[in-house]
Amino acid sequence: MIGFTYLAAILATLPLVLILAHLVRKGASSLSLAFFTHMPGSVGEPGGGMANAIVGTLMLIGIASIIGLPIGIGAGLYLAEKKSTPLASTVRFLSDVLNGLPSIVMGIFAWEVLVRPVRHFSALAGGVALGAMMIPLVTRTTEEMLLVVPTSLREAALALGYPKWRTSISVVLRTALAGIVTGALVAVARIAGETAPLLFTALGNQFWSTSVREPIAALPLQIFTYAINAYDEWHRQAWAGALVLITIVLIISLAARFATRSRFGAPVD
Amino acid sequence: MRIITPTVQVRSPEPTTSQVETRPCIVTSKLSAYFGETAAIRDISMSVPQQAVTAIIGPSGCGKSTLLRCLNRMHETVPRTRVEGSVQILGSEIYGEGTSPIAIRRHVGMVFQRPTPFPTMSIRANVAAGLRVDSKSHADRGATSEIVEEALQRAGLWAEVKDQLDESAMALSGGQQQRLCIARALATRPRVILLDEPTASLDPLSAQKVEELVYDLRKTVTVVIVTHNMQQAARVSDRTAFLLMGELVEFASTRELFTAPKDPRTESYITGRFG
Repeated sequence: MIGFTYLAAILATLPLVLILAHLVRKGASSLSLAFFTHMPGSVGEPGGGMANAIVGTLMLIGIASIIGLPIGIGAGLYLAEKKSTPLASTVRFLSDVLNGLPSIVMGIFAWEVLVRPVRHFSALAGGVALGAMMIPLVTRTTEEMLLVVPTSLREAALALGYPKWRTSISVVLRTALAGIVTGALVAVARIAGETAPLLFTALGNQFWSTSVREPIAALPLQIFTYAINAYDEWHRQAWAGALVLITIVLIISLAARFATRSRFGAPVD
Repeated sequence: MRIITPTVQVRSPEPTTSQVETRPCIVTSKLSAYFGETAAIRDISMSVPQQAVTAIIGPSGCGKSTLLRCLNRMHETVPRTRVEGSVQILGSEIYGEGTSPIAIRRHVGMVFQRPTPFPTMSIRANVAAGLRVDSKSHADRGATSEIVEEALQRAGLWAEVKDQLDESAMALSGGQQQRLCIARALATRPRVILLDEPTASLDPLSAQKVEELVYDLRKTVTVVIVTHNMQQAARVSDRTAFLLMGELVEFASTRELFTAPKDPRTESYITGRFG
C-alpha cells in the first residue's frame, strides 16, 4: 500500500520535472545577455531578444496587483469579519464562481470595457483583466488566513480598549500578514503566465513600450507568437522565453515561501 | 452554623485598618446576562471592595466567566447576547446611555485563561499595546519606556526580560507570557483588574508566581479573579463569591466562606461533594 503512495507521489512530480528538464535543454542555449536586453529581431533574422516582453510582463503584473490586491484583501477582511451574513455568503459564492471563470472570458470582458470604446489595445486593459482574475484568489486566501487567527487574540485586543476596526487591522490583519502576503504572491505567480486574457487586451508589441495606453509585449504572448511561426530562430527563442517565464514564477513562489518563514512566526494556539 | 474543618488554607488576614475603604469599587445590581434567550447569570447583586482581591468560585458552567465579562462589557462582544441590570465602577454606571464600552475597557484591565501575547510584536510593544490606544498621553517615547518598565516590575517579569525587550514575545515560556499579559493590562494603570482563571494553563511553579503577584497587587489595584481552584481562592483572596447555576449563592469574606459558610450549597461545594 505504501509502495503505491510512493508511486503516486513520484508521478505527481513527474510532469513538472519533465517540463523543467525539457525547457532547460531547449531554451538554455538561447539564453544570453542579448536575450534580456534586445528587442525582437525582424522575421527570419538571427539574434534579437525579449527585453520588451520581460518588462511588459512585469508591468502587467504591477497593474494587476494595484487593482487585485487592495480589492482582494479588503474583500477577504470583510468576509472574515462578517462571516455568514447574507451579503457575505453571496460575496463568497460569487467570488468562487469568478475564480472558475475561463480566463478568456475575462479577456473578452476587459476588451468590451476598455478596448472597444477607445478603439485601441492597451497595457491597461491587459492589467485590468489580470487584476480581475487575481481578486477571487486573493480574497479566498486572505479570508482563510484571517480566520486562522485565534479569537483569543481578538478578545485580548478588545479588552485593552481597542475599537473594532483597530482590532481588525492592528492585531488580526497584522498577525495574518505573512499568510496574506503568501496568498498575494501565489496569485501573482498564477497570473504571470496567463495568455488568453492578454490576446485581445494587451495584444503584444514588437517594439519597446512602457506606456499603459499602448499595446504591450508580454512573455506568454511572445512565446505564443514565436511558437506558431515557422522560423527555427523564433522557436528557439520561444523555448528561452518559456524558461524565463517559469523562472520568474519560481522566484515569486520562493519569495512567498520565504515570507512565511521569516519574522515572528505563526499565532499562538 | 458549625465551624467546619477547612480543607483549604486561608491566608488573607482579617481586614486591617488599611483596607477600610470609602466606597466599594464595583457594585452590581440585579445583573443578568443572556446568551440568546438563556440566562447565564441571573439577578446578581454584589459589592466588590476597593484594593482587595475578590474571588469568584463555582462549578463549571455556573456563570463565573460571564459575570466577570459583564464587568468590562466584554460579554456584549459576542453576537446575540444582552445584559440587564446595572454595574457601577467607582460610582459610574458602565451600562449607562451613551457610555462607550471602549472607554470602560481602557480603565479595566483583563487577563484571560490562556496567555495571549500579540505574536508579531516584541515584548516592549506588547506591554505598550494598551498605551497607544490613549492618544492624549504618552506621546513621548521616554515616557513609554518608563511605563513599560514599571508595568513589567509590577508583574514580576522585569528582571527576566529586561535584556530582551525587543525580542519576540513568543520566545517566552507560558508562565512568562501570562505575566506579560498581566503587565500589558497593568500598563494603563487601571483601577480594576479582572483575571479569568489566569493560572489554569500554567505549570505549578508559574502558577505560584502569578498567585503571589495577584496577592501583592491588592495594594494598588482592585482585583477580581475567577478561579476553578478553591485552594487558590483561599490563598489569594479577601472576599469570595460562590456562584451556582447563574445565581450568587453566597458572598462573604474568604475566611468566613471557607470555614463557616452560611448556605448548605456552599458547604457542599467547598467540602468537595460536587463540582
